[in-house]
Amino acid sequence: MKEHHNHAVQRILIALSAVFLTVMLIFPLVYVIVTAFREGIAPYWNAVTDEYAVKSILLTVQVTVITVVFNTVFGLFAAWTITKFRFRGKKIISTLIDLPLTVSPIIAGLIFVLTFGRQSALYPFLQNAGIKIIYAVPGIVLATIFVTFPFVSREIIPVLTAAGSSEEEAAALMGANGFTIFRRVTFPHIKWALLYGIVLCTARAMGEFGAVSVLSGHLRGKTNTMPLYVELLYQGYDFTGAFAISSILVVMAIAVLVLRSILEYRGKKSEEQS
Amino acid sequence: MKRSKQHRVIPGFGLSLGVTMAMLSIIVIIPLCSLVFFSAQLSFSDFWETITKPRVLASYQVSFLTALCAAAINTAMGLIIAWVLVRYDFPGKRIMDGLIEVPFALPTAVAGISLTHMTVENSAIGSFFAKFGISIAYTRVGITLALVFIGIPFVVRSVQPVLEKIDPQYEEAASILGASRRRIFFRVILPEITPALIAGFTMALARGLGEYGSVVFIAGNTPYYTEITPLLIMGKLQEYDYAGATSIALVMLAAAFLILLVNAVIQSRASKIVSGIE
Repeated sequence: MKEHHNHAVQRILIALSAVFLTVMLIFPLVYVIVTAFREGIAPYWNAVTDEYAVKSILLTVQVTVITVVFNTVFGLFAAWTITKFRFRGKKIISTLIDLPLTVSPIIAGLIFVLTFGRQSALYPFLQNAGIKIIYAVPGIVLATIFVTFPFVSREIIPVLTAAGSSEEEAAALMGANGFTIFRRVTFPHIKWALLYGIVLCTARAMGEFGAVSVLSGHLRGKTNTMPLYVELLYQGYDFTGAFAISSILVVMAIAVLVLRSILEYRGKKSEEQS
Repeated sequence: MKRSKQHRVIPGFGLSLGVTMAMLSIIVIIPLCSLVFFSAQLSFSDFWETITKPRVLASYQVSFLTALCAAAINTAMGLIIAWVLVRYDFPGKRIMDGLIEVPFALPTAVAGISLTHMTVENSAIGSFFAKFGISIAYTRVGITLALVFIGIPFVVRSVQPVLEKIDPQYEEAASILGASRRRIFFRVILPEITPALIAGFTMALARGLGEYGSVVFIAGNTPYYTEITPLLIMGKLQEYDYAGATSIALVMLAAAFLILLVNAVIQSRASKIVSGIE
C-alpha cells in the first residue's frame, strides 16, 4: 500500500517537472525555429545572408573570440594566483572577480560609459589620441568581457583547490620552472574544467544583450552584434528576419549544451581515474 | 631570484599576481572607481529627487514584485526538479538535466522575442489564455514569465549537490522509528537543504531585479505598469542623463547588495548550526 503510494507521488513529480521544463524551456526554442521557417526556406535564406546580418554575425564572432581569449588568460592567471600562493587580500580579489555576476547588465554598461564617456576625465586624452570606445567596437568588447569575466576562473579554482599544491611544490623543489610546472603538473588537472569554462564563456559572450546595448550606439552594420540585430529586426516587425537570426543563436546554444554535457562526463571520468 | 621570506616554493608569484591585478583593474576596478567618483559628485537633493519620482518608485515596485514572484515559483519548481533528478530514475533523465542550462546558454534577447511572440494575443498560446481573460505579453504576468525562464537554473543547481550528499542513513533511521514519508521530508530532508534553497532563491531574485534582455520585449514598457527599473536607467542613458542613470543604478546596486548580504548572513548561520551539532 505504501509502496504504491510512493510510486504515484514519484510519477506525479516527474510528470510535473517534465511538463514545466517542456513548456518553459523547449517551447521557446522550438518556437524560434518554427517561426524562422514559417514562410519557407527562401525568406529564411535571404534574412540570414542579408548584408547587415552577415556583418552582425562577423562582429559577434570577433567580439566573442577576443572575449574568450582575454578571459581564458585571466582565468588561468587568477586561478593559479589564488590557489597556489598565500597572500593578503586574496578574499578581496576573489570577491572582485565574482562581482560582475551580481551586477545588472545595464549597470555594467553604465560604468563603462562613466569611465570612457564624455564626462570622464579620460575623455580628452582619448579624443586627442583618436580612440573611440563608447558607441564603438572596443566598448562592446569591454562590456562583454566584464559580463563574462569570472566564467573561466570560477570553473578552474574549485578543481585546483581540491587538487592542493603539494605536487607543484614537489616539482618546484626538483628544479622545474614555473611554466614547466604549469604545463606538466597543473594543466592535466584542469584540462576539462578549463574547456568547460571556455564553452560557458563563449555561450554568454555571443548572447550578451543588455550591457552591449548600452555601449553599442546601434550603428547598423558597424556596432550591431547578433542579439542587437535581432532586436532591430523585431522592432521593425520583420519577424521572419528576427527569428532567422535567432535560430542561428539557438543552434549555437544547443551545441553549447551538448558540448557541456560531454565535457562534464569526460571531466568526471578523468577525476575517477586519477 | 629566490627570496623565500614567506616560504613560497612555487615560482612565479610576482608575475601571476601582476597579470591578474592588471586585468582585474582594467575590467572591474577602474570602471567601479569611476562609478564611485561620479556618484560622489552628485548633489544629494538631485539624487533624492531622481530616485523618489513617482514613475521611478512605480518601477521599483514592478521590478521587485515580478522578481519576487518569479523567484518563489522557481524555488518551488526548482526543489521538485532537483528532487526528481537526484532521487528518481527514468528515461530521459540526462536530457532533463542538460535542459536546465538552456537559460544560461540561450541569449536573453532570443528568449525575450520568442516568449513575447508566443504569448501576444493573436498567437496560438496567447489567444488560448485570452479566452479566460488572461493576457500574458505586455503585462506583469509576462515579465514574471520571462524571469521564471531565466531563473530556473539557480535553484536547481544550488539544491542538487546538497541533496546528493544527504546521507540516506538519517532517512532510514527516521523510517525505522516510524516516521511517515511526509514527516521525513519536512523534518529530516528539508532542514538540510533549506540554506541551499535560500541561496538559490536570493540568486534568482538578484538576477531577476537586474534582468533586461528577456524582459524588455515582453514587458511592453508602459510607465507605472510594466516599466522595470533597468529600463528606466537605459532611458536616462539614451538621453545622456548620466547623473539620473547613476542615481537609479545606485539604488539597484544597494538592493542587490542587501539581498546578497541577507543570504550571506543566513548561510553563515546555517553552517554554524550544522557544525555546532556535529
